Amino acid sequence: MGRTLAEKILARAAGRERVQPGEFVTAQVDLAMTHDIFAAQVFGHLVDAGVERVFDPERVVVVLDHLVPAPSEAAASAHRKIREYVEQFGVRHFYEAGQGICHQLLPEQGHVAPGALVVGTDSHTTTHGALAAAGAGIGTSEMAYVLATGRLWFRVPETIRFELTGTLQPMVTWKDAILAIAGRFGSDVAQYKAVEFGGPAAAGAGIADRLTVCNMAVEIGAKFGFFAADETTLSYLAERGLEGLGPLAPDADASYAAVHELALDNLEPQVALPHAVDHVRRVGEVEDMPIDQAFIGSCTNGRLEDLEAAAQVLRGRRVHPRVRLIVAPASRSVFQAAARSGALEALAEAGASLLPPGCGPCFGGHGGLLAAGERCIGTHNRNFMGRMGSAQAEIFLASPQTVAASALAGHIADPRRLDRGDG
Amino acid sequence: MARDRIAGKAWCFGDDISTDLLSPGEYALAPAEEQKLHTLESVDARFAHEVQPGDVVVAGRNFGCGSSRESAPENLKALGVACVVADSFARIFLRNAVAISLPVLACAGARAAFAEGDEIEIDLATGLVQNRATGRALQGEPLPAEMLEILSGGGILAALWAFARS
Repeated sequence: MGRTLAEKILARAAGRERVQPGEFVTAQVDLAMTHDIFAAQVFGHLVDAGVERVFDPERVVVVLDHLVPAPSEAAASAHRKIREYVEQFGVRHFYEAGQGICHQLLPEQGHVAPGALVVGTDSHTTTHGALAAAGAGIGTSEMAYVLATGRLWFRVPETIRFELTGTLQPMVTWKDAILAIAGRFGSDVAQYKAVEFGGPAAAGAGIADRLTVCNMAVEIGAKFGFFAADETTLSYLAERGLEGLGPLAPDADASYAAVHELALDNLEPQVALPHAVDHVRRVGEVEDMPIDQAFIGSCTNGRLEDLEAAAQVLRGRRVHPRVRLIVAPASRSVFQAAARSGALEALAEAGASLLPPGCGPCFGGHGGLLAAGERCIGTHNRNFMGRMGSAQAEIFLASPQTVAASALAGHIADPRRLDRGDG
Repeated sequence: MARDRIAGKAWCFGDDISTDLLSPGEYALAPAEEQKLHTLESVDARFAHEVQPGDVVVAGRNFGCGSSRESAPENLKALGVACVVADSFARIFLRNAVAISLPVLACAGARAAFAEGDEIEIDLATGLVQNRATGRALQGEPLPAEMLEILSGGGILAALWAFARS
């Protein structure tokens, strides 16, 4: 019997020939990431327990990304404390405020290799499955245990496979595909399970698209979300100095809890409605809903490809006077690349406010919160009640193209209809 | 430290109770004593102020969906909640609850079987849930032995301290 990606990775990390779904294993962690919301607490636990060193300073990444630049004295104090801990524990990979969002930096800076077991104090750690790594979110106490010991318990998950075929139409994206999956299968379809995205359409997806899809795997409940590591993956990694790695795929005769086939040919732009990620409609069903704010950014859709897609919609046009358009590139590298490509100029000329790379608006921390009764459409990953300020505000989720088209129109709009005068 | 048998008054919530509701992001850096007072305030403003030690949270499916923030279970624990019984749990919340030694039990049909204020009795070891007000009994899924061991051992920090002493 063949093995899924989750089974292959957990078996290797547990030093076992093979593992079975449902089994508990103690696995060696390859990469541990914590960010500024939790890092001070994590290292505080280590200090309290009398632990003086991390298991391997090369395998620990600390990122300041949620509260950047520090929007409050409390945030500034947390950052100061974290910098002291980074020094004290000799953490080798520390990203200062402004360098980017953790889930962008980890792949972009070459920290993630196929087959790695990655844990982070952030639920969107599933993102790294885009490179065929097993990425899972954990809490602060568990992270303290990992930093001390280098290991953690895991229950080997069953795997659901999405077999994707066909070709996306113009202005329809992989964000629409994962929203459609959430809408059709529900926010808990993959509870306690791993998800593999495969089939010819998945093989044709670029790394930015794969990162978007795996980022949102957690929104359907997944423990891990995976694409196989193929030539596309290996050339992305080679550009980051990770040479000599091989492909990694599930076995053809691996056993799945379910296999769902989906054709992407006729997919339309999708929108998740308040207050659940699986509350999804075709854009045509919610057009004309007035909006107050549009947000392009986050670890879901803040990459160069996303900014360029938005710029393509916005170039030569003006954002609706009643709409605030906020753009936050996912990293400084993305920011610089978008400056070189002309995307930033197009966004600014259309009326966008640019934020430094970071997570601020997406998690409701700062930099674009909403008042009661306001509506925001964004490219991020969650639209829960109270996520971006007031619990009486409404959040809609969509692709960069749909968000940009909506910013122009002043209401939710179909990016495919731009040329017909709608916006 | 977790006990096997828990009895208390039920506070009822719906499906998809997210970590943003359990622990709103804007209080992420606030002291724990302040954070807990905002627990679930968007859906029930009374809860954080009126919940009594030993009370039980009963909810629908996908409880704790969203972020990895440990403050979600921590807030409930700090308010004295003795156990969360839900139709199902989101994965990270379940892990975090076990890690901080907050008893949890997945029990399909639990939400429908309770009204606010009903007396609930839970046996963590067997997974049996009873509504003392209606007499109705439900069979939940007890946590696997490996997780019960962490829960009853005082959570993952107890394991960290043991490691540090070794």
